[in-house]
Amino acid sequence: MAHGTIEIDHARCKGCELCTTVCPKQIIVMDTTTLNAKGYHPANLFDPDDHCTGCAICAVICPDTCITVYREAAVHLERR
Amino acid sequence: MMTLSMEDIPHLEMETVYSRPESLSSRPTHYCPGCTHGIAHRILAEAFDELGIRERVILVAPVGCSVFAYDYFEADGCEAAHGRAPAMATGIKRTRPDNIVVSYQGDGDLASIGAAEILHAAARGEHITSIFINNAVYGMTGGQMAPTTLLGQRTTSSPTGRDANMTGFPLRMSELLSQLDATAYIARVSLHDVKHIRQAKKAVITALKAQMQGLGFSMVEMLSSCPTNWGMTPKDALKWVETNMIPQYPLGDYKMIDEVRALALERKQG
Repeated sequence: MAHGTIEIDHARCKGCELCTTVCPKQIIVMDTTTLNAKGYHPANLFDPDDHCTGCAICAVICPDTCITVYREAAVHLERR
Repeated sequence: MMTLSMEDIPHLEMETVYSRPESLSSRPTHYCPGCTHGIAHRILAEAFDELGIRERVILVAPVGCSVFAYDYFEADGCEAAHGRAPAMATGIKRTRPDNIVVSYQGDGDLASIGAAEILHAAARGEHITSIFINNAVYGMTGGQMAPTTLLGQRTTSSPTGRDANMTGFPLRMSELLSQLDATAYIARVSLHDVKHIRQAKKAVITALKAQMQGLGFSMVEMLSSCPTNWGMTPKDALKWVETNMIPQYPLGDYKMIDEVRALALERKQG
């Protein structure tokens, strides 16, 4: 399984929670301990066991383009 | 605020597979949380990037929630009077035929006050692309009933539900426009889940290609949600689109002339 990760722009996040509902691994959670400048609890990646595959489904549903997705590149791995 | 940078990520061979499209401005939008306007903007921007037409695009913004749409694209744009985006787009396209002219309108704008403009622009076969966001209410003014409001749907101006005896029936714009001879591509898509968002993007690309080839008028209607005015969470609102709107507004390509079908197939094979 491909390995990936995401970066969430917390300042842009409006806390709509759509990314948390579509993540196949259920590893995006709302961070209820902080508020951003807009006053929303931002979404956060909670992935201690490296489950993220970089599928980008969260980024496709995000209405505010907060999510950047990274994935291990197969070509790089072959090169080694 | 905690942000991850590439230095924090242990695998440095990671490559970016998804980031904000170049055609989309970095300015945060004013839309409510969970509003699908943001998704529609992004897929439109991705389509501009993929087709490499950003420098040629002129976006005509409507009146409604998306009134500032031109601020959110790294492309040229202008603002039309309420409902008149297709008329303005007609003028721009006829004087600057090499530009790609895209009008972006909501349902209050396109199906109500602008019904005449969109019908006649389509009937004349203007070489423009119309993006029609259908969320079944007037969003900006506070959730009043729109021509596209479903029967029985509660809005601030139909508090007991839309009654056909009083206000008639919902208007199906894609079906209407598909009856006109000069239209090249009319499709209805939905933004309620990831699969349908991907299909919506394909439809937008087909519509823009149809314009680039000078095949005639193209429109993509997108079923969208309005969590704020529907009084729902963003997740429930997307579910409501699927269960209530799609039966009333079936998805699909309502008009696709042979030349456009060839363009769509070309994409599938490529």
